[in-house]
Amino acid sequence: MLRRIPSPAAIRQSPRRLPDIVGQSLASARELSSLGAFVSLLDARAHQQAQSVVSRIESGEQLPLGGYIVAVKDNIAIKDAPLTCGSKILDFHQSTFSATVIERLEEAGAVIIGKTNLDEFAMGSSTENSALGIALNPFDPDRVPGGSSGGSAVAVAAGICHASLGSETGGSVRQPAAFCGICGLKPTYGRVSRYGLVAFGSSLDQVSPFAKTCAEVYDVIRVISGSDQRDATSSAAPVPDSACLEPFSGKLRIGLVKDFLEHEALEPDVRIAMNDTISALKKAGHELVEVELPNAKYSIPVYYIVATAEASSNLARFDGVRYGYRHRDVTDLASVYDLTREAGFGKEVRRRIMMGTYVLSAGYYDAYYTTALKVRRIIADELVNALKYVDVLLTPTTPSTAFKIGEKIDDPVSMYLSDIFTVPANLAGVPALSVPWSLDSKGLPIGIQLMAPHFTEEKLLSIGAAIELLRPEGK
Amino acid sequence: MSGYELVVGLEIHAQLVTKTKAFCRCANRYGAEPNTLVCPVCLGTPGALPVFNREVVAQATRLAIALGADIHLHSRFDRKNYFYPDLPKGYQISQFDHPFSTGGHLSFIVNGSTKSINITRAHLEEDAGKSMHLADGSTIVDLNRCGVPLIEIVSEPEFRAAEEAGAYLSAMRELLRFIGVCDGNMDEGSLRCDANVSVRKIGEPEFRERCEMKNLNSIRSVERAIAAETKRQIAIYEQGGVIHRQTLQWNEQEERLIPMRVKEGSDDYRYFPEPDLPELRITQAFVDDIRASMPMLPEQLREKYSTTYKLNREAVYYLAIDIRISGYTDTLIETGSTAQSAAKWVMGPVTRSLNERGWSFDEFSRRVPAATLSGLIQKTDRGDITLGQANAVFKALIVKPEKSPDEIVAELGIEVMRDEVKLGAIISEIVSEHPEELAKFREGKTKMVGFFMGLVMQATKGQADAQLAKNVLMELLEAKE
Ligand SMILES: [Zn+2]
Repeated sequence: MLRRIPSPAAIRQSPRRLPDIVGQSLASARELSSLGAFVSLLDARAHQQAQSVVSRIESGEQLPLGGYIVAVKDNIAIKDAPLTCGSKILDFHQSTFSATVIERLEEAGAVIIGKTNLDEFAMGSSTENSALGIALNPFDPDRVPGGSSGGSAVAVAAGICHASLGSETGGSVRQPAAFCGICGLKPTYGRVSRYGLVAFGSSLDQVSPFAKTCAEVYDVIRVISGSDQRDATSSAAPVPDSACLEPFSGKLRIGLVKDFLEHEALEPDVRIAMNDTISALKKAGHELVEVELPNAKYSIPVYYIVATAEASSNLARFDGVRYGYRHRDVTDLASVYDLTREAGFGKEVRRRIMMGTYVLSAGYYDAYYTTALKVRRIIADELVNALKYVDVLLTPTTPSTAFKIGEKIDDPVSMYLSDIFTVPANLAGVPALSVPWSLDSKGLPIGIQLMAPHFTEEKLLSIGAAIELLRPEGK
Repeated sequence: MSGYELVVGLEIHAQLVTKTKAFCRCANRYGAEPNTLVCPVCLGTPGALPVFNREVVAQATRLAIALGADIHLHSRFDRKNYFYPDLPKGYQISQFDHPFSTGGHLSFIVNGSTKSINITRAHLEEDAGKSMHLADGSTIVDLNRCGVPLIEIVSEPEFRAAEEAGAYLSAMRELLRFIGVCDGNMDEGSLRCDANVSVRKIGEPEFRERCEMKNLNSIRSVERAIAAETKRQIAIYEQGGVIHRQTLQWNEQEERLIPMRVKEGSDDYRYFPEPDLPELRITQAFVDDIRASMPMLPEQLREKYSTTYKLNREAVYYLAIDIRISGYTDTLIETGSTAQSAAKWVMGPVTRSLNERGWSFDEFSRRVPAATLSGLIQKTDRGDITLGQANAVFKALIVKPEKSPDEIVAELGIEVMRDEVKLGAIISEIVSEHPEELAKFREGKTKMVGFFMGLVMQATKGQADAQLAKNVLMELLEAKE
C-alpha cells in the first residue's frame, strides 16, 4: 500500500523531522488534488502545531499521537477554519470553536493538515453529493471512494496522512474504509464526544477514525474517547488505556450472520472473500457459529425514518438568517427561508429533509416515526442479545466493492442499500469495525465487518489486528 | 352576558431564576446589551450541543411542590420545530408528552371569596430570542433571551370570569416571587400569559371553539383582553355566526385584539424526542430535600398569621406577600416580640424607612437584623422606653447599623421619667393651665385625655413613662374639687 510519509513511530524517533514531513504531507495533498480528498488545507495551523509537537517531545513529554499527521472530515469544527459540510449553504462559514475531538487530537500531539470532502451534511454513500466536487477512489479513479466520509478515506488510502476522522450515521466510515482498503471504526454511541460535529442524525452520529491498521485506529480512538461535559450523550464508561494495541491471541467465538452472508445483493467476489475469511479463521482455531438476526432486514427503512426525521430538525438552523449563504433575491422572511434553502441545499439533502419532515408530520407520525422507534428497539435488542453469546459478529462490510461514479447517483434506493450491513450497528449503538481483507477480480478492496458489544473497542480492534495477520497478503 | 358563560384557560410562561441559561453557561440576566449573552450553544452554531443545567430542576421542583403537583421523576425533552428568526436552531427544546409535572392547583381570593383552579401540567422549555419590528418594515433580533429557562404552567379551562383570570395570575406571580422561582416582572417579559377563551350557553355540556390570546403582558391586559374577546364571541354567536379558531394579539396601547397572521399548517410543530439530551431523571430524595428546604407558602403563612397570631386581615396579607418580610417578621416573633408588635413595627417604621430610603428588604435586614429590632421592640413593650423614644432609636439604628439599641439609648441620653412627684408637678401645671379642656372632660368628653397626654409628652420631650403619666393624669382629671 502507498506510504508517502514515514510512520508515526519513525517520526517519534527523530521528532525534528516532523515539520518537513508535515510539509511533504501538504505537498502530496496538493499533488493529488484531483482525487478530491481535501476541501481545505490548514498549512499555518499544521506548521504551528508541528513546531509545538517537536518542542513538547524534546522536553520529554510522552505524546500518544506524537508523529501522527491527520485529516478531518469537513463536518467537524476547527476554530477559525472553514466549515463547509460539503454544502453551498455554509459558504464562507468559519467555526468559532473547535470540536472536543479536535482539542483531544491536538493535545495528544496530532498535526491536522486539512479538512476533507464529504457528501453534503454526511448524506450519501459515495461522496458524489458534495457541493465542492466529487472524490475519487485511489484504486480506480472511475469509481467512488464510498461515503459520506470519502475524503477522509482517500486521504489515508492515498498515503497523504496516517489517520483521519470521519463521521458515521449509518456506515459513512466503514463503507468508504472497505472501498478504499483501509480500517474504519464506528465507536459505541456515546464513546466519542459529538460536540463540534455538525449533526445529521443525532441519535446515530459518532465521530469515527480511519487508519491503515487497527493499531493506528486504536491510537486515535484511545485519545478521542471519553466523556465530555459539553455532550450530554457522551458516556463516562472507562476508556481504553493500553499504551498500544496487541493482536488478540486467544481463541474466539465468532458469530456469522446468516441472513447477511446469503443476502441476494452480495456480489460473488465479496462472497468468496467472506468464505476465505471464514476458512482462515477456522484454520487459526477459532470457533464459528451461525447467528440469526431476523429483523435486521428492516434496518434500512428504520434508519431512513429516524435519521431523516432528526436531520429535518438538525438542518433547520441553516436558514440564511445568521450565517452562511443567503439567496440574493430574498424579499421577505418566507423568501429568506424558501429561496435560501432551495438553492443552498443539494438534491439529496432536500430529499432527506422532505422525508424527515413528512415522517414527523401530524397524521403520519405514528405510522412512520413511532413505528420506526419500536422496530429500532427490536433490532437493537436482537443485535445486543446475539453479542452476548459470541465475541464478535462477522459480516461483509458492504454487499459490493466500489461502484462506478454516476452508477447509483440517480437511484437513491440502490445507493441506500450499500449501507445494508453497516446500519444495524448504528441503530443498536454498538461498535463496529471494517478491516480490509483482499482485492476482488477488478483489483478493488473488499472489507469485512466485525461488530462487538458496547464499549469493547479495544478488544474489537485487537481482534481486527489478529485478522490482519491472517490476511492472504498480510503476513 | 345574556345567558352565556365564559370558559378560559391560562398558559403562564415564567422565566426561572438561575445563574445560567437552561442549556449553556451564558448568564441568565435581563437588560444586557443585545446579543452579548450568547455562545455557540444558544446561537445554534453548527456543531454545538445543549447540556441541561440542573439549577433549572430545583426551581421547577419548588414550583411543583408549591402547587401540590405530581412531580415526574422521569420526564423528557422534545423538539418543537418551527422557523422564526428569533429561534436560531429552528426548534425549541421543550417537553411535550412527558412533562415535568402534572396536576396541582392554586387558590386565590376574588371578589371576597376563595377560588381554586386546577393545573393541567407544568413543563420545562427554553425561551426564544426577541424580535423587534422596526417602522421601516425590517426586523432586528436580540438573542440574549435564547435558552433562558422557562416553565409553562397550563391551567384547566376553569375560569368563568375575566377577574378570576386576573386574580389567578396575580396569585401565581406572588407565589413565584415568594419561592424565588421567577422574579415576576411582567414588563420585562419574565412572566407572560396566554389565554384560551371560548363562551357557551349556560348549562351547555360541551366547550365551543376557542381562540388564543397572546401577548397579555400585565394583569390588566389579561382581564381587558378576556373581557373584549368574550364580548366579540357573544356578539358573533348572537348574529348567528361561528367562531373560527384563531390567534389574536392584544394591543395594550389601543386596547384591542388583532388577529395574527396564520400560515397553513404552521401549528404542526413535529414534536419528537430531543436526541441530544438524555431523559431528565431526578430522585425522590432530591424532591424530599427541596421540600424540606421550602419556606411556608403564602397560603399557609396567612393561615398561621390569622389563626395562631390573631393578626388583622391587613397585616395577614401584608406580611405574607414576600418571603423576606414574612421571614423577618417570624424571626422577630421567635426572638421574643409579640406578634402584634412585630406586625405593627414591620408595617410601620420598617416599611416607612424602606420607602424613604429606597432600600430593598435585604438591604434593610442587613442593616437592622431582626434580632436587633426585636430587642428594641421588647424594650418598648416593657416600657423601658417610650414609643416616641423607640422611634428615635430606630431612626438612629438604621444609619448606624454597627450600634446596638442599648448603645443608642445611651448615646441619645434617653431615659424614662418615672419620678411620680416630678411628673405630678408637670401634669398638675398643665391641667391648671387648661381649665376649659378640663371642664370639657368633666362634661364627659373622654377624648380630652389624648389632648392632655400629648401636652405631657411634649413637656417631657417624650420621656414620660406613658402608663405612669396616664395614671397620674387620670387621678388629677377625675379628682373632685
Ligand atoms: Zn449560551
